[in-house]
Amino acid sequence: MSEKVLMKGNEAIAEAAIRAGCRHYFGYPITPQTELAAYMAKRMPRIGGVFLQAESEISAINMVYGVASTGKRVMTSSSSPGISLKQEGISYIAGADLPALIVNVERGGPGLGGIQPSQADYFQATKGGGHGDYHLIVLTPASVQEMADLTALAFDLADQYRMPAMLLADGTIGQMMEPVELPAESGCTVEKPWALTGTGMKRPHNIVNSLYLVPEELEKTNFERFERYRKIEETEVRYESFMTEDADVAVVAFGIAARVSKNAVLAARKEGIKAGLIRPITVWPFPKQPIAALADRVKGFVSVELSMGQMIEDVKLACSCKKPVSLCNRAGGMIPTPEAVLAAIREMNGGN
Amino acid sequence: METKRVTLFCGHYGSGKTNLAVNYAMRLRAQGLPVSLADVDIVNPYFRSKDSEEALASMGIEVISLPFANTNVDLPSLPSEVYGLVERRDRYAVLDVGGDDRGAYALGRFASYILRENDFEMLYVVNFYRPLTQTAAEALEVMREIEAVCAIPFTGIVNNSNLGDETKGADVRKTDPEAQKLCALAGLPLKMTAVSDRCAADFPPGAVFPLHLQKKPF
Repeated sequence: MSEKVLMKGNEAIAEAAIRAGCRHYFGYPITPQTELAAYMAKRMPRIGGVFLQAESEISAINMVYGVASTGKRVMTSSSSPGISLKQEGISYIAGADLPALIVNVERGGPGLGGIQPSQADYFQATKGGGHGDYHLIVLTPASVQEMADLTALAFDLADQYRMPAMLLADGTIGQMMEPVELPAESGCTVEKPWALTGTGMKRPHNIVNSLYLVPEELEKTNFERFERYRKIEETEVRYESFMTEDADVAVVAFGIAARVSKNAVLAARKEGIKAGLIRPITVWPFPKQPIAALADRVKGFVSVELSMGQMIEDVKLACSCKKPVSLCNRAGGMIPTPEAVLAAIREMNGGN
Repeated sequence: METKRVTLFCGHYGSGKTNLAVNYAMRLRAQGLPVSLADVDIVNPYFRSKDSEEALASMGIEVISLPFANTNVDLPSLPSEVYGLVERRDRYAVLDVGGDDRGAYALGRFASYILRENDFEMLYVVNFYRPLTQTAAEALEVMREIEAVCAIPFTGIVNNSNLGDETKGADVRKTDPEAQKLCALAGLPLKMTAVSDRCAADFPPGAVFPLHLQKKPF
């Protein structure tokens, strides 16, 4: 009926995935991402897709592994504790060089934690999570519109680089409702000669595997994979720069923390403090270059996070500790207020 | 709209039931009626009528909510006071019900009391800008699913079509024909069209039910 629709963040991911050609969803319900699974349960049977509620998160990620081997677009979604359960499977998918989308609508932790929003799975998402040397392309939406747009992008990047991608959201963005312009129908545009699609007696068998009996060969796959990662770090960094041109204080924040921070930056500007915001859209690859460039000009950085301070390590590394980096954070399901971020900006600017 | 003693707001999740329930309770209270608002949403973990508890309490509206609402306890349980609420003839009750059939399951246990008292309005809240209820036919499907699980028939329809903060009066008007179609399909009257008080001025006085919405910090 209309161009725009009003959606929950979780629903926007589901619909965008369907529009990106995903017809295979495997999951297990967990608050606060359940609407995503519920949406898939309703839509997939009507469009000839598969929605399967597995008996556990571990089953779900291994079903993803299976479908990914055939080259089809496939996804799973969960929230923090469920994502921990999926880590072994994610490592296998990365080790077998397969594209897939994993969605984490984070909640407070550690342990069973709580059901309120969090960003405390940053280390898990960007530094591995599972075992072995690997990365995920990690995208961090800050609006319901981006939930949709970055879902489509995540499928494209996963296909292009033959690796799993993660949408790292939080409970608030998952639950909040905003108007969305849904992305157009799309699908995979790269060839997948490695996919298990049946030989038709015309080609040798393809083998999808993460087991290597010869260490020299395993080393070679690691080197090759990291060469690919290096290219991704060069070409696929995405971030938003907001009022940083003349900034004295640079806030670094992603997702819901960036929305709060944007309000704080505007409030600081009203007080005459030149504040700006770098909002990473990819947290792996991390936007090191813009932060390094700002390090020569600003008094310092404020890392705003819904965790005990995880991204702050990447901010410090990116600016080579040239300038102080302070932390403005809440944890366990709480969100920093614009006032708290403003206070941190004032402090970094040299007090009142 | 004639005021029944018990008013229930049901519909697809995200259709705006909580905002309607809160604003409707406030309107009844402003008319000087004794009002209780019960949050019986066992589905939605965030954004619920309990968020408005302070404002409601300050107006003298009794708020009955789930014992663990807005905490980390993801335990769907219903407070016993709801039974009393549907039977107490000295108070008006507004029920904020969870979305879809899953949310309406919670009503099943109160259905026999509500039907026996026979002084209720069961309102179907619809937003035609929600992706799964964009047409009257789709909205009707969700309606029937809700009725099937809670065993209470709908008595009216509330058109709450909106695009969140971006809503213009014209966006609401554009959905009028779809709302009329739904009324015809369901054989029910359109009880009200609800719009945010930010664009209520686009309509003649009294034509719409203005909603005062909570402000978000981000």
